[in-house]
Formats: sequence, structure tokens, C-alpha cells
Amino acid sequence: MNFDPRYSGRSFTSVGTRPIRPDGVDKVTGRARYGADFNMAGQLVGRILRSPHAHAIIRKIDTSKAEKLAGVKAVITAKDLPDLTDGDAAMYDILDNSMARTKALYDGHAVAAVAAIDARTARQALKLIEVDYEVLPHVTDVDEAMKHSAPLINDAIFTEGLEEKPVKPSNVTKRTQYGHGDVHQGFGEADFVVERSFKTEQTHQGYIEPHACVASVNPDGTADLWVCTQGHFVYRQHCAQLLGLEASKLRVTSSEIGGGFGGKTHVWAEPVALALSRKAGRPVKLVMTRDEVFRASGPTSATSIDVKIGAKKDGTITAAEATLRYSCGPYAGMWAEIGAMTAFACYKLENVKTVGYEVLVNRPKTAAYRAPSAPMAAFAVESAVDELAKEIGIDPVDFRIKNAAQEGTRASYGPVYGPIGIGPTLEAVKNHPHMKAPLGTNQGRGMACGFWFNFGGQTCTDLNIGMDGSVSLAVGTVDVGGSRASLSLVAAEELGIDYAHVKAIVADTSSLGYNDMTDGSRGTFSSSMATISAARNAIKILRERAAQMWDISVDDVAWEKGHAVAKGEKHGNLGKLSLKEIAAESGKTGGPIAGHSELVADGAGVSFATHICDIEVDPETGSTRVLRYTVVQDAGKAVHPTYVEGQYQGGAAQGIGWALNEEYIYGKDGRLQNPGFLDYRIPVCSDLPMIDTQILEIPNPNHPYGVRGVGETSIVPPLAAIANAVSNAVGVRMSHIPMSPPRILAALEAERERFSR
Amino acid sequence: MRYIRPQSMEDAVGLLAGAAGPAAILAGGSDLLVRMKGGFVEPELIVDIKAIAGLSDITETADGFRIGAAVPCAVLGENAALKKAWPGVVEAAKLIGSKQVQGRCTIVGNLCNASPAADSVPALVAAGAKAVVAGPGGKRTIAVESVPTGPGKTSLAKGEIIEAILLDKRPPHAGDAYQRFIPRTEMDIAVVSAGVNLTVGDNGVVKAARVAVGAAAPTVLLVEEAAQVLIGSKLDEATLERLAKICSGACRPIDDKRGTIEFRRKVAGVLAKRVAAIAYERAGGK
Ligand SMILES: Cc1cc2nc3c(=O)[nH]c(=O)nc-3n(C[C@H](O)[C@H](O)[C@H](O)COP(=O)(O)OP(=O)(O)OC[C@H]3O[C@@H](n4cnc5c(N)ncnc54)[C@H](O)[C@@H]3O)c2cc1C
Repeated sequence: MNFDPRYSGRSFTSVGTRPIRPDGVDKVTGRARYGADFNMAGQLVGRILRSPHAHAIIRKIDTSKAEKLAGVKAVITAKDLPDLTDGDAAMYDILDNSMARTKALYDGHAVAAVAAIDARTARQALKLIEVDYEVLPHVTDVDEAMKHSAPLINDAIFTEGLEEKPVKPSNVTKRTQYGHGDVHQGFGEADFVVERSFKTEQTHQGYIEPHACVASVNPDGTADLWVCTQGHFVYRQHCAQLLGLEASKLRVTSSEIGGGFGGKTHVWAEPVALALSRKAGRPVKLVMTRDEVFRASGPTSATSIDVKIGAKKDGTITAAEATLRYSCGPYAGMWAEIGAMTAFACYKLENVKTVGYEVLVNRPKTAAYRAPSAPMAAFAVESAVDELAKEIGIDPVDFRIKNAAQEGTRASYGPVYGPIGIGPTLEAVKNHPHMKAPLGTNQGRGMACGFWFNFGGQTCTDLNIGMDGSVSLAVGTVDVGGSRASLSLVAAEELGIDYAHVKAIVADTSSLGYNDMTDGSRGTFSSSMATISAARNAIKILRERAAQMWDISVDDVAWEKGHAVAKGEKHGNLGKLSLKEIAAESGKTGGPIAGHSELVADGAGVSFATHICDIEVDPETGSTRVLRYTVVQDAGKAVHPTYVEGQYQGGAAQGIGWALNEEYIYGKDGRLQNPGFLDYRIPVCSDLPMIDTQILEIPNPNHPYGVRGVGETSIVPPLAAIANAVSNAVGVRMSHIPMSPPRILAALEAERERFSR
Repeated sequence: MRYIRPQSMEDAVGLLAGAAGPAAILAGGSDLLVRMKGGFVEPELIVDIKAIAGLSDITETADGFRIGAAVPCAVLGENAALKKAWPGVVEAAKLIGSKQVQGRCTIVGNLCNASPAADSVPALVAAGAKAVVAGPGGKRTIAVESVPTGPGKTSLAKGEIIEAILLDKRPPHAGDAYQRFIPRTEMDIAVVSAGVNLTVGDNGVVKAARVAVGAAAPTVLLVEEAAQVLIGSKLDEATLERLAKICSGACRPIDDKRGTIEFRRKVAGVLAKRVAAIAYERAGGK
């Protein structure tokens, strides 16, 4: 790769403007095609039978009655998805999660599936499948699951990462530790120490579009999958491996996506749809119901976290420590580890130690949710930081500024930071009018910081110039938030043409090289890098063609503002050739003009944000209302500021829902009580104020335009910012998320009791 | 499954009375269709009552108001006379779901769905509303609180249809109010709720009162003792505190995904206080 990704400090014409997105009209007119909008001739309806038990051995499944029902074309169980994972434990878990093999591990775990001529027949067929379960004791709470007396979910699991190899199996799959210095000594130097425990409940990403796909397996071993996903190349790999197909013969096309937030980085129903199609010999459409989405896909970890922080009278933190327990569902994960890495990433610490425990529970397999694991860790840490500031008697913003990480700080998770935005976001918050606005009775203000790593990864783009001079850009990162507009701006910028002449699409897996999925806030960061590189490759060809047209050396041709320009005195009378003019002649100068790029986008700049929240609490009912909310975040460079703001607002909105009302509620029977949007309460429009944003631009040195990922960090501070606001409004520290009205009222009543005693 | 849209009440009653398998009445469908989609009910016969003459009208009579069973809640909000006379009933009906849902849903459907958390029901009970029931054996008029008998259950017999809801003509200085507690601002189900209906004398003293609490027991509670506390008072602080205590005490709530027993008890009292004060003000009391 002879591509220089370093930040160049250039000025921009297109980048930084706010044109309309190419997918906008289709979306607002209902023409856009989402996962369930694709149909094939002869397609069947697929449906999945799910376990009603949280934990049960599957003794026997009798599908004979269902198979005999008229209109049923295929019935499958785990037998139809033989284990081809060849010792790959993570893939085996995905396989087992797609279709339970010997045990149902959570309420909603798939145990069988049917394909029938219509939905009614499919539903009837499910009722005819007889499953003989042996119900086992279950555990859904993360702290309960760690106890020695807890039911074991997988007796082949022995905790990894312990000094001594354990002799007994456990629900704790792994212990990890991060940090440096000596916390014991650090706490010894502290004048004030705050030690607190926190809990957060499990939440779902809450994407409005359910998982949906159409699968078609052909007799010749080729297959097609049309699917709503954040990463069609990853889905291809996984499905091909699980089904025993050759990756190149499985063509996966991603649909428009009605939200994913990490939940569509993982296959659930897709291997089942392919297996049904293979058995039935016809295409199968499989769309999850909302109930299935909640019970069987998505959720983030529930957590239990202890934090201890010590500081000197002058506000210098001397030591920080945290123990983080994260639920993983019934399969091993690295969720607590990520929490342990991010917990103290905002601060410059001499002595820091974090320990993570990955805990198995009888709940659906934990999936990534926007900056996965970071919001809960930030909730615990930022709540304790506020408490400590209060004890010292120092302003919470000043306290954080004093201890903020800087360029050259060794991060608590290991690396040394380059130029970063935590200090600037804190300074911006300190000077923001929001911080000075008056508050009324029962109102409180809170603020908190957040960090996310960001990711780069494998990326491949194609840029094709038509003979009319228009440009089509094919990218392989699914557009989850306006990236087609942003990437078109980047292509326009680099080529020196107008945005209106660029059209970006997300290409299918047979049209482009492998791309990692749209996760880790990488879509615009990595694909813009590849787009810049592809455009530069195209410019090289444009210059060659111009040189041919002029019959001069290509070394004398420069590319300026969308034109080939002949350099040097002897070419003074040649004028300029526009991209359009060169493209029009391309048939005669060597054929089509294109630029291609494949790269690993290294150097995704880390991202920081600081949020401010005003909240009003009704002390008689515990009801809350978010009055005002401000997000300040570093974007590196905002390619399309409107969509950057959209990411800031979206993360804050999701964080507000998580902080106040969203939670998985399990009954004593281990069944999910609220698998629907009525009782799983994401905020509705009228629950939210307009969320203000302030974009800071501290260039990422590892991207030509200075771009950093912006998608995830915005969900990290809200839990803590809101908890701090509630605490400031009512004088009671809320240590359990969500801060639903019953929890707030109970905390207030307990406090009143304490005072009246 | 058969769907029939009869033109007359006789046909509708006849169809339901003669149905061999499970049958359902369809008004707005905002409960029925949701339950069918969820697979909770699978009726073989659906009788849509929206084409029956007179069922979509609100009429003002010498005795008060007659609200047809097919009148959508949105239409209640557009009737100025009804709104003036029974603001609490109308505000309760207008809390159901959203604009879209209110364009379809009816207060009779809300009543017959028999959810303890139904929003219009506490307001109707506080208002002393009556239901006109048509059935194979003729017509009868009953108090609304006698319709739901438990979650999802009603006292209606096979073939019976509620034709209309009756609300009394208002005496001077009367007012009603309804509030529910929901964690969000809309599109939610009441965790607990309260409706109060008052008549005030010229001296500002409460002459008559009805107090209802919702989502705090298997059916809406008509709390007589709470009404007695209000009658003869001017809703001073102490009266309101007693009202709250009695309403909290009357609750027989459960712990569930929407709230705890303690929460429902406490907030039932808080809401009773708040709506009593609003009803008092609407009645012209000070
Ligand atoms: C998105 C959404 C939000 C909602 N929000 C709320 C809310 O905030 N508060 C609330 O209380 N409810 C809410 N509901 C529930 C529902 O909208 C109300 O209960 C509504 O009033 C039902 O009226 P309907 O006309 O649509 O009833 P239908 O669905 O037509 O009928 C409901 C039941 O009553 C029976 N029935 C209907 N009419 C008659 C009749 N004339 N005689 C005898 N039986 C009859 C039906 O057979 C059925 O069993 C919501 C529903 C949805 C879908």
C-alpha cells in the first residue's frame, strides 16, 4: 500500500458541508428496501420454535406431526446444522445459539424451525412439534451466578486467568486484569477515599427493524442471502462456515438497516434460514417477531461493579480500582474485559487496577451494544468521581480537568495516548452556557465523561468514473448513519468535483473484497481512508489519460480542483482538462477509469466525550424528566456535521433510555416478562428534550483528514451524567440502573425514613 | 375465520348468540387485533359493530350524554359540550395510546377489554357512567363498574353487546379529573391511576364525590371511604392527606414488570390528591 494515511492539515471544499443523503428520499417515501422488503419467487415462510424454559436438557424432539401438515416444506432441528466448526469455540457458540444442540440455555433459545407455504401454516406447524424437556435449575442474576451454589450452565467451563488452575467448573469463564502502579500504596497516600458498589440491568439495542432475511440455497452449492446486517462479509463467513458452503459461492446482499447498534454484528436466524432453504429446496424468508428479537437477540450485559478511588486534598487522584462483573448470556464473552479496559481511560493515573469477571447466566447471548461494556463502567466510575469531588469539596468539572489524561499519558489499559480530546471536552463543558443556566426546585445538573477505543480494520472500496464524468463509489461497510453521504463528500473532495456527481452504494459480497463490519465506529473512518486512496489511484489514471490527450509526460500533469493541469513553462498554452472531459475520451485513451483500494485502516483515534444533563425529579412519585442535555465530543474532523450530530444525539437518547427505564425483567421462572416495546421502555419522542451538541475537532494524526470514529462514544457518559443529575436533584445517590420511578421513590423513602428516625 | 359487518344491532346480537365457536366483537380493534396477532385469541367469528346505525354518534339528551359504542376516543375530544361537562372522562379517553390509536379506539372497548389499567374506566366509574347492554334477552342498563369482573373478564353474557355509555347531565359546580402514572410521557400503560368526580356547593364545600383508583386491584376500585372524606370538606391539606392515605390503603396491588406494591400504593394516594384538587378547581371550588 503506497498510501500515506497521515494527517495533512489541508483545507476542505466539500468535507464539512451538509448535503442531503443519497438514501434520504427513498427512506422518507417508504421506497427503501429493508430486510423484510425483499421477496423471491416461490419463497416459503420460515419460523422458529423457541424454548419456554430458561435452562433445560432437550431429551427428544418429535417433528413427525409437523412434517405431515399440508403446506410444510421443511422442519429442522440441530441435526440439520451439523457441527462443522472444527474446534473453533466461538463459532461453536454461534452455532449452538442459532439452534440449541443438547440444552436450551435461555428462554427464547431456538430448538427447531419450519418452512411452510404461509405464516399460518408455519405457526400451526410449530405447535405440532413436540419437545421433551428436562427442566434444570437456572440463574439469571450476575451476582447470583457467581456464587458457588449457583446452577452450573456449562460444566466444561473452568475459569481462565486465575493464578491457580481451578479444579471445579464455574459460571465465571474468565478473569482479566488491567492497570499499572501500586494501588495499595496509592490509597495510602490519599486523604479521601470513596468506595461504592453499583448495578446495571440488561438492555437491548432496541433497533426498530427486527432481524429479517431471505435465504436461497441452490442445488449446485451456490446460495444467496439478502439480509439486514451491519456486516454482510462477516455474515457470509459465519454462514458459509456453519453451513459448509464455500464463502465465494454465498453471495450476501445487505439491505437498508433500521438500526443495529451492534446487535446486527452477529448471526442468529440467518444460518437457520439457509438450512431451511437447503432442506426445502426453495427460498425461505425469515423475519423475527419483536418478541423473538427481545428474547433471543441482542442484549448487552447486566453488571455489578465495585469502585474505589482515592485522592489528595488538592484533588489529585492517587489510586483507582474497580472490580467488574458482566453477564455474557450462556456463552463465554469478553465483556467485563472491555469494561475493565475502559473504566478509567479518561484519567491520568499513577496507580490503577481493574479486574473483570465474565459471568454465564441463563439469558440470551450478550451482543455488542454501541461502545459495548463502556457505559456501565463509566456509570460506576463517574458516579464515584462525583462523590469523591463532593467529599473533597472541589467542583466536579475542575476535579476531572485536574486528573484528565493528556497526550503522553499512559492509558489505564496500556497504550500511551497521542493527541486526545478529554481535556478539551471538559474545558468546553466548563465554559458552556448550559453549566451556568439556573435550576429550579427538584432539579439537578450532572455531568460525566466517556471514552471509546474506535476501530479501523479491513476495508476495500471501488471508485468508477462513468463516461459522463459522474462517479460511482462502491463500499463494503454497511451505512448505519449516513456514511454514503460522508463518503461521497470525501470522494468529491479528493477528486475536486461536486458532491452531486458522486453516488455511493454498499456493494454485495461478490462485488468487492472483504470488509470488516460496521462496528467500532469504523464505517466512515476506515471507508473514507479507502475512498481517499481509491480516488488518488483514479487521479493517477486521470493524469495519465490527460498526458496522453496532450501527448506530454505524465510527470508534467498535476491534478487541481477537479482538473488536469499541465505544469511547466513549455505547457503554458495547454489550458486545463476537466474530469468530465477526460472521462468522455476514456474509450479512446485506454478504457474505463477506476480507482481501487484495499487496506487495513490502522490508527483509529481514540474518542472522548463529556455530557451535561439537567433533570427534574417528582419527589412524590420518583418520576423524572430530562430538561436539558448537551453533548460535547471530539470528532477529529466532522465530514458531514449533521450526521455527526445525529450520532451524538442518538447515543445520548439511547443512554437516557438505559439510565431511566430500559431493562430486561425476568420472572422467578427465568422467563423474560417484557419482550416488547410496551414494557421495555425506550424513550418516545416526547420524553426527550432537543439534545444540544458541540463538535470539537482534534485531528487524528493517523487519517489524512484527521477523522475519528464518532458513532459509539456518545452512549458512554449518559448513565453517569443522569445518575449524577438525579443525585444532585434529590440528594440521594442512585446506584442501580435503570433509575426507574419505583427505584427512585424507594430510595427517597428510605432516605426520609433515615432522617425521621 | 369469518368477518361480518352487520347493519343492525339485532343482526349483531343474533350472529354472536348463534356462534358455535369463539366469537369477538370488533370496535376499534386496538386491543382485539393486538391479541389476535400475538396468538392469544383466535376467534372464528368477528362481528364489526362500526356500521350499526347510531353507534357512532354522541347525542346530548335531557338526561345527559349518550356515547355510542363505536365512537372513537378522538371524537370525544372534539365534542365541546361533552368536554365542558365531563373534562375528566374526556382527558382519560385522550390518554389512550397515541393520536393514531385514538382515531380507532373506543371507551367501550377499553371497558370490555377489562384491563385493570384501562385509562378511561376509573374516570367513567368516578363519573357514575352507565352502560346500555343489548342482548338476546333485550336491553338493560348497568353501572360501568359492574362490567369488568377481573383481568380480561366481563359480566356480559354470550350475545351481549354494549350499545352506548350514558353520562348524567351536570349540575352546576361539578368537575371531574383523571391522571395516571406512567414512566414515560405517552404510549404507556398506567402503573396506577385515579379519577375523582365532585360537586361543590355555593359555599365551596363538597356536596357529592366519587373516587376511583385504577391498576391497583384486579378491577378498578370505587373507594367509597375516600368519597366520604371529601364530602363536607373544602379540600384542605388535612383532607387531602387523609384521602391519599385511604386510597393507598384501599389498593390491593401486585408486584410486576410495571411497578411494585409499595410504589403503586404510595402513588395511588399522590394521584388521588392531585386529581381531587383539579376536580375541585374545575367545579369552581377554591
Ligand atoms: C399502541 C397502543 C397503545 C395503547 N395505549 C393504551 C393506553 O394508554 N391506555 C389504555 O387504557 N389502553 C391502551 N391501549 C389499549 C386499547 O387501545 C384500549 O383498551 C382501547 O380503548 C380499546 O378500544 P377498541 O375500540 O380498540 O377495542 P377493541 O379492540 O375493538 O375491543 C376490545 C375488547 O372489547 C370487546 N368489545 C369491543 N366493543 C364492545 C362492545 N360494544 N360490547 C362488548 N364488547 C366489546 C372486544 O371484543 C374486545 O374483547 C393501547 C393499545 C395500543 C395498540
